[in-house]
Amino acid sequence: MKRILNKFAVSNPVAAEEIRGRGSFNPLPFDLRAIMIINRSQKKKSWRRWKEELIRLFFLFHGLLAIFILMGIFVFLIISSVPAFKEISLKEFLTSKTWDPTSPEKPQYGLVSMIFSTFMVTFGALLIAIPIGLGVAAYLSDVAHWRVREIVKPIVEILAGIPSVAVGFLGIVLFGPIIAKIFNTSSGLNAANGSFLLAIMALPTIISISEDSLNSIPHSYVEASLALGASRWQTLIRVKIPAALSGITASIMLGLGRAIGETMTVLMATGNARNFPHGFLDSIRTLTANIAIELGEVPYHTTHYYALFAIGLVLFIISFVVNLIADILLSKYQQREL
Amino acid sequence: MDGNLRDIKISSEQIKGLMRKKFEIPKIETKNLNFYYGRNHVLKNINLICPANKVTAIIGPSGCGKSTFIRLLNRMNDLIPATRLEGQVMIDGEDIYSREIDVVDLRRRVGMVFQKPNPFPKSIFDNVAYGLRINGHKNKAEIAERVEKSLKEAALWDEVKDRLKDNALSLSGGQQQRLCIARALAVEPEIILFDEPCSAIDPIATAKIEELIVRLKENYTVVIVTHNMQQAARVSDYTAFLWLGQLIEFDRTEKIFTNPANKLTEDYITGRFG
Repeated sequence: MKRILNKFAVSNPVAAEEIRGRGSFNPLPFDLRAIMIINRSQKKKSWRRWKEELIRLFFLFHGLLAIFILMGIFVFLIISSVPAFKEISLKEFLTSKTWDPTSPEKPQYGLVSMIFSTFMVTFGALLIAIPIGLGVAAYLSDVAHWRVREIVKPIVEILAGIPSVAVGFLGIVLFGPIIAKIFNTSSGLNAANGSFLLAIMALPTIISISEDSLNSIPHSYVEASLALGASRWQTLIRVKIPAALSGITASIMLGLGRAIGETMTVLMATGNARNFPHGFLDSIRTLTANIAIELGEVPYHTTHYYALFAIGLVLFIISFVVNLIADILLSKYQQREL
Repeated sequence: MDGNLRDIKISSEQIKGLMRKKFEIPKIETKNLNFYYGRNHVLKNINLICPANKVTAIIGPSGCGKSTFIRLLNRMNDLIPATRLEGQVMIDGEDIYSREIDVVDLRRRVGMVFQKPNPFPKSIFDNVAYGLRINGHKNKAEIAERVEKSLKEAALWDEVKDRLKDNALSLSGGQQQRLCIARALAVEPEIILFDEPCSAIDPIATAKIEELIVRLKENYTVVIVTHNMQQAARVSDYTAFLWLGQLIEFDRTEKIFTNPANKLTEDYITGRFG
């Protein structure tokens, strides 16, 4: 150290003197040092900014990807279904009750029966699933011992993972014969059967999300209600359910989405009759089941082939509208809460 | 210290004597009240009387069991699992923990205002009307009348009379708390419990609520838990000092704040700990 200093003293005697005298010396003027520090932090900052930017782009890319995929499906469906309307009039497609594309004399492409069947079986499913789902959710969040909840809730959620083929099988071997016996019909494969099965499939979603939203409302609401002399039932009906309504609506809409889109179960359990249904004991065929059944056998690039894609487009639009309504409802309730 | 303390703690005889001397009618009386959260012994042998149509303040450092105590008076602690109670809580001479008592009916008689204002996410009107509706009132005119009366009683009417349909959450914190008081008053309870009602509220709103509490004792028996000793001194007629789950001292408020009998009470109110 001393040697270096001595060497240094030859070239810069003043500075060397200062170091010896005070024990510390910085050969750079003060402001230069400050600039260096600022520079370094700016460098750091710009790197950090870059990183932020990269992360932003990364997520933007994924967000856009989702939109692109959705748009891609939509465009593909439109392109694939447009040729169908060279031969089928849109009016026939949406107002005729008869779907008979393989008739040698006069093929007919009417969706009304199948659209109606789809809505009927879905409506039936919700009719069963909403009261039971809400009941179970309320039981789990309000009545059940926490240990029971810890066991039951995961089981309910596992139910959502049962393959739809297995549920359909249940419909054929279990519900079908029961329905046939009770209502004295020749076969139990009908709309009622489909509704039961779809209800079973929608239940886990409805229960799980409703229970979450019932549990997430502030405990202070419950306390306030009970402290006013409300019973637990009154608290549930008048405070908890209204406060959790947005989550409950969401759960029902998700269940509805699942029921409308479900294919295999309804294909197996509803009897596949292309008639216009007159009641829940009639056999029906839904839009999804029709696509699944016919797409495997249809010759490529025929009107029939394109018409099946047009059905897909109709399904797409239906589920889009359902989701849109759900969104609007949700934002309305949320606004009211604020 | 614990040993010494037990000797100088106030006894139930002393409290009864005080009540007799001041011609007070006991409204709430606890007898050898012990309370446990699991193995945690949070209230130890509390014998306390809250006189009718008076404001009784419960003071003490954090964790001394004040809130637990007040929540026992309308059985709000029933909601908490793994708790255990020994002894009795008498209201008008009736043990509220006996089997014959209907908890729902009890809570209608013993209203409560919580630490944080907790109006429902409904309109101002519906918040106050809630208690009436759940108790079976159907007549709309009567409900409207009682909502107005309660809001007036809670000194909120003039501020909200033109916006009864607005969401209660649009009110300020102090207004929300007065709304909660109005909501509690609407079901015409006999007793109102305040669990640190001003801890989340600014000083001006606090002053309004304190004024209100003093006025309420004409018609109701009031018990208030507070962290704020000045508040206890301003609003209450009687003060109980709780320390580590024990009732150390109970007396007229002037007496407690001017000439406490117990060294611990004195240390606490002069700010030496707490």
